[in-house]
Amino acid sequence: MEDTELIENEAQREAETAQDSHALYEIKMKFLGRTGKVTALLKNMREIEADKRPAFGKRVNDLRESLERKFALLEEKLKKRELERRLAAEEIDVTVPGRRFKPGALHPVTRVRDKLVDLFAGIGFEVFEGPEIEDQYYNFTALNTPEDHPARDMQDTFYLSNGFLLRTQTSAGQIRVMESRKPPIKIVSPGRVFRSDDDATHSPMFHQMEGLVVDRGITLCDLSGMLDEFARAMFTKETKTRLRPSYFPFTEPSVEVDVSCFSCGGKGCPLCKGTGWIEVLGAGMVNRKVLKNCGIDPDEYSGFAFGLGLERIAMLKYGINNIKLLTENDVRFLAQFKD
Amino acid sequence: MLLPLSWLKEYVDVDVTSEELQEKLFSCGFEVEEMKYLGKDVTNVFVGRIEKCEKHPDADRLTVCTLDFGDKGKRQICTAATNVFEGAKVPCALDGATVLKEGGVQKIKTGKLRGVLSEGMMCSGEELGITDDFYEGAEVNGILILDENERIGEDIRKVVGIDDYLFDIAVTANRPDCQSIYGLAREVAAVLKKELKPLETGYTTEKTEEKIPVEVKEKKLCPLYVGNLVKDVKIGKSPRLIRRRLALMGLRSVNNIVDITNYVLLEVGQPMHAFDRNFLRGDKIVVRCAEEGEKITTLDEKEFSLRQDNLLICDGERPVAIAGVMGGLNSEIKQETGEVFFEAACFARDSVRKTSRALGQRSDSSARFEKGVYEIFAFEGMSRALHLVQQLGCGTPTDFTAVAGAHGSAKDIPARKIRTTYQKINSVLGIEVPESETDKILRRLGFTVSFNKKKGELSVAVPPWREDVEDFPDLAEEVIRMYGYEHLRPTFLENAKVTRGGFSGEQKQENKLKNVLKGQGFSEACNYSFYSPKEFDLLRLGPDAPERQAIRILNPIGEDLSVLRTFLAPSMLADIVRNLRRGNADGKLFELANRYLARELPLVSRPEERRTLVLGLWGEGDFFDLKGAVEALAEAFDLKLRFEKGARPYLHPGVTADVLLGEKRVGYLGELHPMIAEELAIERKVYLGELDLSLLSGKFSRDIVFRNLPKFESVTRDLAFVAEEKVTCAEAEACILRASKAVKSAELFDVYRDKKLGADKKSMAFRLTFSPDEKAEKPLSPEAVEGFFEKIVHALEKELHAELR
Repeated sequence: MEDTELIENEAQREAETAQDSHALYEIKMKFLGRTGKVTALLKNMREIEADKRPAFGKRVNDLRESLERKFALLEEKLKKRELERRLAAEEIDVTVPGRRFKPGALHPVTRVRDKLVDLFAGIGFEVFEGPEIEDQYYNFTALNTPEDHPARDMQDTFYLSNGFLLRTQTSAGQIRVMESRKPPIKIVSPGRVFRSDDDATHSPMFHQMEGLVVDRGITLCDLSGMLDEFARAMFTKETKTRLRPSYFPFTEPSVEVDVSCFSCGGKGCPLCKGTGWIEVLGAGMVNRKVLKNCGIDPDEYSGFAFGLGLERIAMLKYGINNIKLLTENDVRFLAQFKD
Repeated sequence: MLLPLSWLKEYVDVDVTSEELQEKLFSCGFEVEEMKYLGKDVTNVFVGRIEKCEKHPDADRLTVCTLDFGDKGKRQICTAATNVFEGAKVPCALDGATVLKEGGVQKIKTGKLRGVLSEGMMCSGEELGITDDFYEGAEVNGILILDENERIGEDIRKVVGIDDYLFDIAVTANRPDCQSIYGLAREVAAVLKKELKPLETGYTTEKTEEKIPVEVKEKKLCPLYVGNLVKDVKIGKSPRLIRRRLALMGLRSVNNIVDITNYVLLEVGQPMHAFDRNFLRGDKIVVRCAEEGEKITTLDEKEFSLRQDNLLICDGERPVAIAGVMGGLNSEIKQETGEVFFEAACFARDSVRKTSRALGQRSDSSARFEKGVYEIFAFEGMSRALHLVQQLGCGTPTDFTAVAGAHGSAKDIPARKIRTTYQKINSVLGIEVPESETDKILRRLGFTVSFNKKKGELSVAVPPWREDVEDFPDLAEEVIRMYGYEHLRPTFLENAKVTRGGFSGEQKQENKLKNVLKGQGFSEACNYSFYSPKEFDLLRLGPDAPERQAIRILNPIGEDLSVLRTFLAPSMLADIVRNLRRGNADGKLFELANRYLARELPLVSRPEERRTLVLGLWGEGDFFDLKGAVEALAEAFDLKLRFEKGARPYLHPGVTADVLLGEKRVGYLGELHPMIAEELAIERKVYLGELDLSLLSGKFSRDIVFRNLPKFESVTRDLAFVAEEKVTCAEAEACILRASKAVKSAELFDVYRDKKLGADKKSMAFRLTFSPDEKAEKPLSPEAVEGFFEKIVHALEKELHAELR
């Protein structure tokens, strides 16, 4: 038998034993590589008689080509099998839960605050935050609450010393703004306030947001229009407001503001206690004395102010039925206010 | 303030339903918090006359009666009561009726009692819900026996005074004039556009030579004192009308003189007191402050030891009343009282309030004074009381009147004048209220209005009971609340200038911070700004720890909420404990709030409010998750924070880091001390951290400056070396970065410990990133990188005695 034939048979046999493409490659190199058996045949060319050389050369080349074709075919087959195996091995159970990252949530009071700020910022209200520790002047006196007035008692105040107290209302911030700026003034002032009250429906600390506008020719009608805008933005497009007389030392006239019940649309339900209306805030035209206290000429300028409880709005908006939930910080509660 | 419809009707002809009245009151500023029909639960009960009483054939204790109800016919009723007799008129519930029973309502039906037909039930006063003050005899044991002249067949509610509505009205603090029936009647008359009938205050006097002069030593605390002497007093029961009205308002009848003082308090809003003249010694009244420790026993037989700021009413020798709070037992009105000295005074509301609080002694009088009593009420109240004395025939007013005050009589009180214009009033409202409407509204409320056409000036005289009305905006409020808020035309700041709105830069940074933390899985908590000083002990703070320098609330709700927060960790720990007890095994929370730092204690200057962030993490995760959150913040705000081993008494000594910005300590992080965890029975690990934002916020805002991307790519090489246990990651990192400028970052990715490495040794593996200089023209060659690497290894060997692995 010719040596080429022997090699071909040997290569064929060995190639068929290869289990994977790598083994096949090794075998291929054994025959076709630089030091492979087929290559070795060519190296032995010199030892062959010259006249037989062309024929020998052709045989070896035929062998090489034939082997290359065979290896290529086998390789293709093996690769295909390997890919199939790999794909099968890599199959996953797509119903296994993904690697989840639980984002946190902002406090509902913050959410309400941000929503309100968004509304008022669009109308040109700046956000002002006053100090939480105030003195009698800013919390009461400048707001036209006389020394002996029951209003000082009406809101039971936490006193820290003779002069200092925890502010009972964000209205205290009004004074600071009006003292330091000239009209036109448009601010909202959200923040913590404190009252000596702790029962099922009151917390000793809660949040208010005060709004203040001072400019020329501001009227009660402007206040009314602003409140309509607030009610529509905060609740529903159909929500209406109703004003009724009230009393705050720092506004005159003063009004209590109700919104039509967004739960029943005003027909009467448990949320509005059957009245069709829900009390949401207090407001009024800034008292002339307050303007004067801040060095603003009440004959030139007028203004309105309103103050609302953020907890109250949050409770109404999200249907939270217990104010204590807002300071318990139960993660199951907070998680419900995710975006 | 309670308002019975029947009493209101004495002064105003109310021709609307009670529901309409409620609406009207609401619209003009008087919210009706509760409206009650008193006879709601007593239905189908009529006056019947007992025609016949016979013994029940089968029951000794029952009586079978036949009753006549006039045009409603006759009924047979069985009763166990023993006080019924033939000819008696009684209330009787017929078939289908409801009456009261032990706080509930019972239905009455026709039935048989021991075989005998009973078509209803005769009623006691209790079953009608009334007392003797409503109808004499209501409190006897048995059936209520009615007066002989009651009409048979009449609805019992009309007879016993419960066919009436009771309004509970919220009166705002600026309207003490409406803390009375007559004051509310004035508002009702105005809102219904009806006439207000005058208060009857006329009386005649008998001459007397006696004098009881009044000397007021504290004119500020008692701006007015009116006294009157009444002779020939005959103490007895008050007539039914007065007793009923007092009962409707929740007061018990005592005797005619005391009842008159209470009646005037309710009707006019003037607290009054009646002294037994015979027990006033020295024939004078002195209003003065108590001496320290001075004693008085009040009508309710409580003895009080007084302080110097308690105002007293004294006779010539001793205190006879605590001003505005309660009279003394020593001069109480008794059955045999023959002469009475009436007092109607104005006391400063804060003085009464403080005394009443300090002594823990409240009364209807003190409650009324706290709301404010004007001079006019004292004059009116006294006249009304004397009128009633005469009307009831229980005494003779004398011509002795003592008045100590700025004005001698109601007429002398000067009216405040407001000079304004219609236009000014309308400018507050933003609408044009017709002038005639404005006039009418103000007049109905008791204002005197005159308009000077030439000057265009409106002159309004304010009645003496409206001290709250000072300027034209007050008038605007009076006008609009009667004219109706529905007339306002909502406008949207038609005249205002455009302004720029929104959060300030600093507030925006805070919002961003919250959102970064939210993205890191932290939820926002909100805690009270105060806690218990016991928290300091729980957290093992030493006696001199700065955190203990907390501001105390002078009047806290309780010890648990008595000091302002000097740091936030205790609140966060409390939140975590609460969550764990509720089965929330893991979680992440943050709170952004102020802590309050006193500059000195007790406070002299305004304390500092420091914006502070507290972080809490428990259950899943560890120190590095918390640290990662802080690093994410640093990344978001481009802050170069450093972490050093730190110590806090409440944190694990081996797992605590101080957070530094430059050389400044801005916060800490760490694991809750295992001892505290054990004390709180916490089984999961808890991590706490706090950052003082006031120290960081100045560094927050930054301008973004774009840097060109590097032209050539970076090369990374891993480096592992063995070092002593005490060598920290930060030290190794610093050493590497110092050794070669080409290293842009060195990040620890593995720490490995093994006996083979030797005792107290560890292997640290860093990933080094080398980058060519920004201006470099060619990439880093492998040879160059090798050179840097050698330098680094050399530096680690030299400085940290580390060996390359």
